[in-house]
Amino acid sequence: MSDQHINSYRRRFLGGAGALAALTVAPGLLLNVVKAKPAAEAVSNTTRWGLLIDANKCGEGCNDCVTGCNEEHGLKEIHGPATDAQWIRSVTVRDTSTQHVTHLPMMCQHCESAPCVDVCPTGASFKREDGIVLVDKHTCIGCRYCMMACPYKARSFVHEHLTEQKPVAPRGIGTVESCTMCVHRVDKNGENTVTACAEACTHDAILFGDLNNPESDISKRLEKEGGTRIRADLGLNPGVRYQGI
Amino acid sequence: MKIAYRTIEGRSRGYFALFGVLGLFVLAGLGAAHHMESEGHWITGMNNQIVWGMPHVFAVFLIVAASGALNIASISSVFAKTAYKPLARLSGLLSIALLAGGLMILVLDLGRPDRLIVAMTTYNFKSIFAWNIILYNGLFAIVAVYIWMMMEGRFNKYSRTVGMVAFIWRLLLTTGTGSIFGFLVARQGYDAAIMAPMFVVMSFSFGLAIFLLVLMASYSWSERPLGDATVKRLKNLLGVFVAGVLYFVLAYHLTNLYATEHHGYEAFLLLGENGGGIYSNLFWIGQVLLGSLLPLALLYHPVTGKNRVMLGFASVLIILGGLAQMYTIIIGGQAFPMAMFPGMEVSSSFGDGVTASYAPSTWEVMLGVGGFAMSLVIVTAAVKILAFLPEDLSDEIADPHTASKST
Repeated sequence: MSDQHINSYRRRFLGGAGALAALTVAPGLLLNVVKAKPAAEAVSNTTRWGLLIDANKCGEGCNDCVTGCNEEHGLKEIHGPATDAQWIRSVTVRDTSTQHVTHLPMMCQHCESAPCVDVCPTGASFKREDGIVLVDKHTCIGCRYCMMACPYKARSFVHEHLTEQKPVAPRGIGTVESCTMCVHRVDKNGENTVTACAEACTHDAILFGDLNNPESDISKRLEKEGGTRIRADLGLNPGVRYQGI
Repeated sequence: MKIAYRTIEGRSRGYFALFGVLGLFVLAGLGAAHHMESEGHWITGMNNQIVWGMPHVFAVFLIVAASGALNIASISSVFAKTAYKPLARLSGLLSIALLAGGLMILVLDLGRPDRLIVAMTTYNFKSIFAWNIILYNGLFAIVAVYIWMMMEGRFNKYSRTVGMVAFIWRLLLTTGTGSIFGFLVARQGYDAAIMAPMFVVMSFSFGLAIFLLVLMASYSWSERPLGDATVKRLKNLLGVFVAGVLYFVLAYHLTNLYATEHHGYEAFLLLGENGGGIYSNLFWIGQVLLGSLLPLALLYHPVTGKNRVMLGFASVLIILGGLAQMYTIIIGGQAFPMAMFPGMEVSSSFGDGVTASYAPSTWEVMLGVGGFAMSLVIVTAAVKILAFLPEDLSDEIADPHTASKST
C-alpha cells in the first residue's frame, strides 16, 4: 500500500470521526442556545405548567381551539360524538338566575391531586413533576376507572382501531387519553410554548405558562386579575385556571 | 352423626345437557368478548359518558355474590354453628366459582385484556382497584386452602383458623368492591362511605340466594335427600339479609334526601326526573318490589315459605333484583349529569348537562351471561370431581338436634 493511499484513508477516517464528534456535541450546544430542556433531562417540580383561560374573550359558537387540538393530535370523527375522542370541548354555561351565558373550553385540568392518578390501578395515569397529567400508553389496561373518577369528564376512551396517528400523539385502541397540554411542544420550547389550542384561538383567550414562576405572564396576570378553579371545592388544585366564570 | 361427602355420578343425560347448555353460554360470551376486542368498544352500548356498561353490572354482581356465598362456610367455622358445617364445602366452591365468572367478565371487558400481566405486576397502591386485584387473587388462594383443610381429615383442625382468615378477607374484599364507587368524589351517586357496608350486606343476600338455588337444584337433580330444617334455616337467613339490604338502601337515600345538594340525583333516581325513568323503574319495580318485597313475602308466608319451588322463585327474584340494583348504581350513577358547574345550566358537544343514554348491546349481555354460566360450569364440574356435596342432607343427618325436637 502506498503512503499516499494511507494518507487518504487516514484523512477520510479522521474526517468521519470529526463529523461524528460534531454531531454528538452540536445538539447539546444548540439546545443550550434555545434554552430548552434536553430530552434526557428529567422534568422538575420547580416549574408547574398551567393554562389561563379568559372566558370573557371566548366567542359564542367559536370552536377554534377544539379544531386546533384535533388537528395537532390527529383526532378525527369516526363513529360519532358519543365515542369519538374529545380532548377539549366548548362548554356553554348559563346562570339560570341571571341568564348570564358564558362559553369556555374544557379539557384535562392537570390537577395537582389528580383523581385519575389516584385511582389508576397500574399507575398508567401519572403526573409529571412539572404538573402535566398524562397516560402511559404502554401500561394503560383500558379499565376506564380514571374516566369514572375525573370530575371534569376530560378523558376519552379509544373505541376503535386507529390509523395514521400523529407521531406527536401516540394513540391506540383500548386505552384512555386526554389533553397532554401539548407536552411535545412543552418539552421542545419550555416557557416559550404556545399550545395548539392557544395557537388556534383567534380571541387570545388561552395563555400557557409556569404557575411557579412569579415572573411569568400567567402568574402576573393571575396575581393582578385573579382566576378561578373549576370545582375548587374538591381541593384538587387544577393547573388550568379560568377568568370570567 | 358423621357427614359423608361424595362426588356426584355425573353420567346422566341431564348432567351432560346442563354442562352443554352452560358451555354454549360460556362460548357465546367468549365469542362476544373476542368480537368486542377485535372491533373495539364502539360496537357496544358503552361510550365516553357511560364507560362501564352491562359487563360491569354482571361482573360486580358476581364478585359481590362470590364473597357472600362464602358466608355459609364462615357461619360454620367462625361462628361454630354445626348445622351449617355440611354446607361449608359447597359454600367455598361457589365463592371461587362466582369470583372466577365475575373476573372473567371484568378482564374481557378491559380495553386491553392482553395486558392483564401489567395489571398483575404493576401496582399503584393508592388505587382501590389495585387493592382489589390483590384481594381477588387472595380470596382464590385462601378459599382453596380453606376447602383443602375441610376436605383433608388430618387438617380439619386448621379449618377454623383458615375460615377466620377467609371471613376477614371476604369482608375486606366486599369493602373494596363497594369502595370502588364510594371513593369516587366526582359523581353525585357515589362518594359515600355507606357504599362499602351496603355492598357487604348486598353480598350476604345475593350470595345466599345463589347458594340456596344451587343447593336445591343439585340435591334435586342428583336425587339426594335435602331436609326441610336446612332449607328453612337458609331461607330465614336469606330474608334477614334481603331486609338488611333494604335498610342500607333506605339509609343511603334518606341521607341524600336530607342534603339539598343531592336532591337532583334523588329526583332522577327515585322519581325518574331528568330522563331517569328507566332507573326509577328499575329501582322501584325491579329492586324494591320484585327483588325485595315480593321475595320477603314468599320467604316468610306460611304457605309459600314451605314450598321449595316458591323458595327457588324467591331466590331468582332476589338475583334479578340484585342485578337491577347494580344497574341503577353503576349505569344510573354515570348517566346522571356531573355537577361541574353547580346551579348552572350546562351544554356542550360532549354530553355536559344532559342525562347520558345507554342501551346495552347484545355483545355485552352475552359476555355478562357467559361469565355467570362460567361460574355454574365450574360448580357443575367440581362437584363431579371432588366430594363437595354431602351424600345425605336429610334432617336426621344434617340437623339431628332440630329433627329430634320436631319428632
